[in-house]
Amino acid sequence: MLAITIAIFIPFLAALLVPFIYKRVQSRSIGWFVMSVPLALFIYLASFIPAVAGGKTYIHTIKWIDSAGINFTTYLDGLSMIFGLLITGVGSLVILYSIYYLSEREALGRFYVYLLMFMGSMLGVILSDNIMVLYVFWELTSISSFLLIAFWYHRKKSRYGAQKSMLITVSGGVGMLAGFIMLYTMTGSYSVREIIETIGQYTNESLFLPAMLLVLLGAFTKSAQFPFHIWLPDAMEAPTPVSAYLHSATMVKAGIYLVARFTPVFGGEAVWFYTVTGVGIFTLFWGSVNAVRQTDLKALLAYSTISQLGLIMSLFGLGSAALNEGYSADSVIYTQATFAALFHLINHSTFKGALFMVVGIVDHQVGTRDIRRLGGLMTLMPVTFTIAVIGSFSMAGLPPFNGFLSKEMFFESVLNVRNLDIFAMGPLMGSLLPVVAWVASVLTFVYSMIIVFQTFLGKHQPDRLDRKAFEAPVGMLIAPSILALFVVGIFFFPNVVGTYLLGPAMTAVYPPFEGAEGLVPHIAAWHGFNAPIMMTIGVIAVGALLYIYLRYWRGIYSLAPMRWNLDSMYNGLLTQTEKTSSFLTRTYMTGYLRDYLVYIFVFFILTVGGGLLWTGGFSIDLSNDAPMTISEYIIIFVMMGASIAIIFAKSRMTAILLNGVLGYSIAILFVVFRAPDLALTQIIVETVTTALFLLCFYFLPEWSKEKSTRSLKVFKGIIAISVGTVVTVLALVVQGNKMFESISVYFENAYELAGGKNIVNTILGDFRAFDTMLEVVVLFIAGIGVFTLIKLKAGKGDEDVED
Amino acid sequence: METLITILVGVLVTVAVYLLLSKSLVRVILGTAILSHAVHLLLMTMGRLKKGAVPLLGENAESYTDALPQALILTAIVISFAVTSFLLVLAYRTYKETGSDNLDALRGFKDE
Repeated sequence: MLAITIAIFIPFLAALLVPFIYKRVQSRSIGWFVMSVPLALFIYLASFIPAVAGGKTYIHTIKWIDSAGINFTTYLDGLSMIFGLLITGVGSLVILYSIYYLSEREALGRFYVYLLMFMGSMLGVILSDNIMVLYVFWELTSISSFLLIAFWYHRKKSRYGAQKSMLITVSGGVGMLAGFIMLYTMTGSYSVREIIETIGQYTNESLFLPAMLLVLLGAFTKSAQFPFHIWLPDAMEAPTPVSAYLHSATMVKAGIYLVARFTPVFGGEAVWFYTVTGVGIFTLFWGSVNAVRQTDLKALLAYSTISQLGLIMSLFGLGSAALNEGYSADSVIYTQATFAALFHLINHSTFKGALFMVVGIVDHQVGTRDIRRLGGLMTLMPVTFTIAVIGSFSMAGLPPFNGFLSKEMFFESVLNVRNLDIFAMGPLMGSLLPVVAWVASVLTFVYSMIIVFQTFLGKHQPDRLDRKAFEAPVGMLIAPSILALFVVGIFFFPNVVGTYLLGPAMTAVYPPFEGAEGLVPHIAAWHGFNAPIMMTIGVIAVGALLYIYLRYWRGIYSLAPMRWNLDSMYNGLLTQTEKTSSFLTRTYMTGYLRDYLVYIFVFFILTVGGGLLWTGGFSIDLSNDAPMTISEYIIIFVMMGASIAIIFAKSRMTAILLNGVLGYSIAILFVVFRAPDLALTQIIVETVTTALFLLCFYFLPEWSKEKSTRSLKVFKGIIAISVGTVVTVLALVVQGNKMFESISVYFENAYELAGGKNIVNTILGDFRAFDTMLEVVVLFIAGIGVFTLIKLKAGKGDEDVED
Repeated sequence: METLITILVGVLVTVAVYLLLSKSLVRVILGTAILSHAVHLLLMTMGRLKKGAVPLLGENAESYTDALPQALILTAIVISFAVTSFLLVLAYRTYKETGSDNLDALRGFKDE
């Protein structure tokens, strides 16, 4: 379907139009135009849902660099569908929200250009089948994220956050590129579908494991998995709509998408299983631990996002176990983890998007996000409060919200691992996972309660707020309300999502399981008093206790191991790198022309001279030399003598006259060599050059004797003689070995081909006319340079540009 | 003859490199001028020397000398002239602005 390919480019085209429209309307109504783009795309994509649910996939190829196997192939299947709907759906809501959130004084045009650019890149990531194209879009999302984080670029923290996210995600992306190239080296294809089909034969190749780890590096940096999660809290410097959109609902899920997309490639391997599950579950734990200590609501949400991304990641890791043995009635149970992951992915986007918007509203209305200053807003902002309750309780895993369903499935999946008898999974590992998951869930419950109770309940402190609190305008409440509706709606009708969205995506993740029974389970809110529900009850009980006694145990955060942090390592690394590179550069960039020339010459001697020695290419053949007359000997020896004498010339006048001797001797040699045109030109040019030298000498000081030490002179001499020797030997070797026929015979047809009898002239004026024209341009530029240098007066005040 | 010319090229290159490594700006410019002389001769020898008549078709000779290096050298002569004159004027202007033609004194850094 060509239309799907076009869908990727529509946001980019719209981004191009935005500046022109913004010039005309100059107000926030530009947002309505921008919003129409994702909304239209959402409706368009949604129209494919029935067909995709029926097992259909759409593919379209535009030839790009066919010879290198890089083509613009778009592929729409169940997995892309989920992400596509999230990107366009949440995108529409975020833009709607931003229309009311951002002040008219902001650079709205720029904001929406970046946002549309991001949207297009994100669609490109999830719809591309060709991994090279995917990579390009992947990095484009990093760049647009950088621009959006740095939207308020006058703030130092914004710039810091933007740089940090860029450095971390892009270096991960480059690692991923290396992984992709390794995959290509193994399979000979850049197409994900083709790689999935053929990867089975390559699992024992030595590149397989590095490729897997590098692809994971890309996914982990993008999805803020431990220890790369440190960029996400700093990225919260972006405007809140951006945080809601990029840094919780879509971009950070690109890493999840990558893991899901590559599960059929790498899934079933023990390393993949342990890395993805382990990193995911630890990120879940670490994120929730850190979220509890935050006092800034947005930072709290950032850590909670990290934690939730870890949850989804670990589920994909658990789910990959099913691919180890292929389809069987036993292995299908492990696919439930992936089902839960996809389900939670959607749920997280809904409740976390709503929560970010709520925090944005609070910030917008009262001027602070610090929970120590907030409190008692429930009666003042009832609608916001309701949305916050829905979002937070869903995040905590309480009914009747969608988070409850996916959380239960998560518990069930980690419990299933105990029965896993592959990958050397002992009883210890098997029981460790549920314990960590449960502890993290308790902490998740605690911070979810912090959001609701410390912001909206408790004592209202009007004197500590910047503005008087009252409910936000309706426009700002629409978007989070819609998301909150989804949070509740999905709880009551989970199987609609299950059948139409999750089912087809499951087939995309498990191609060998297509149509297998039990791949798409029935989601039920209630399934008896089993282990997951017990765990949930435990979470609520312990979580509630921990929340109530929060101030008694918060002290553990100031303990030593908690203070040790990755941020200072990152900052230290950055400053060290800057210092070292600056030191290195200063060491060799001395500012002396001589030093730079010495680098060049030494490099020349080592590579060319060394190359000659290394290959042993000396075969000098002097037999074809032309005979010489006495007069020619005289000219040559005169030239040698004159040139050497220049070095020892006491005055510049002597030197320039000796240079004249060289020039005119060359003219004579040109006559000897049957080159009349050259001789004429040389005589004219030499005359003018000598005149020019003399003219300049009138203005320049007499050249002082080179006051240099003896050792420096010797050093210069050695370099000079070495270069001269290398050139001579190289030239002799080249002359002794004609490897190719001369092409000059072609030009002897000059009269028929170009209508000229002087071959040299026809070459210049006909065969290589373009070359000659550019030569004239060079002359022209030099002429302008000479003219300006003589005539131009330096403007006053320009002098201190360097300082 | 080619051998001797090649050796001459080597001598010219040596002198040119030695001059390029000087402190005085004029010597450096002179070095570039001599280096281009050397390159012209080198190009010439690459097409073999004195192997036929002057490359003018009207001469009706049996064979002609290689015309291609000649065309290239012609271009090179003109370009090297442009470069030399530009460098000379640059030196003139530099001296006028800074009062020095010593490259060591003209070093860009002020902080060291």
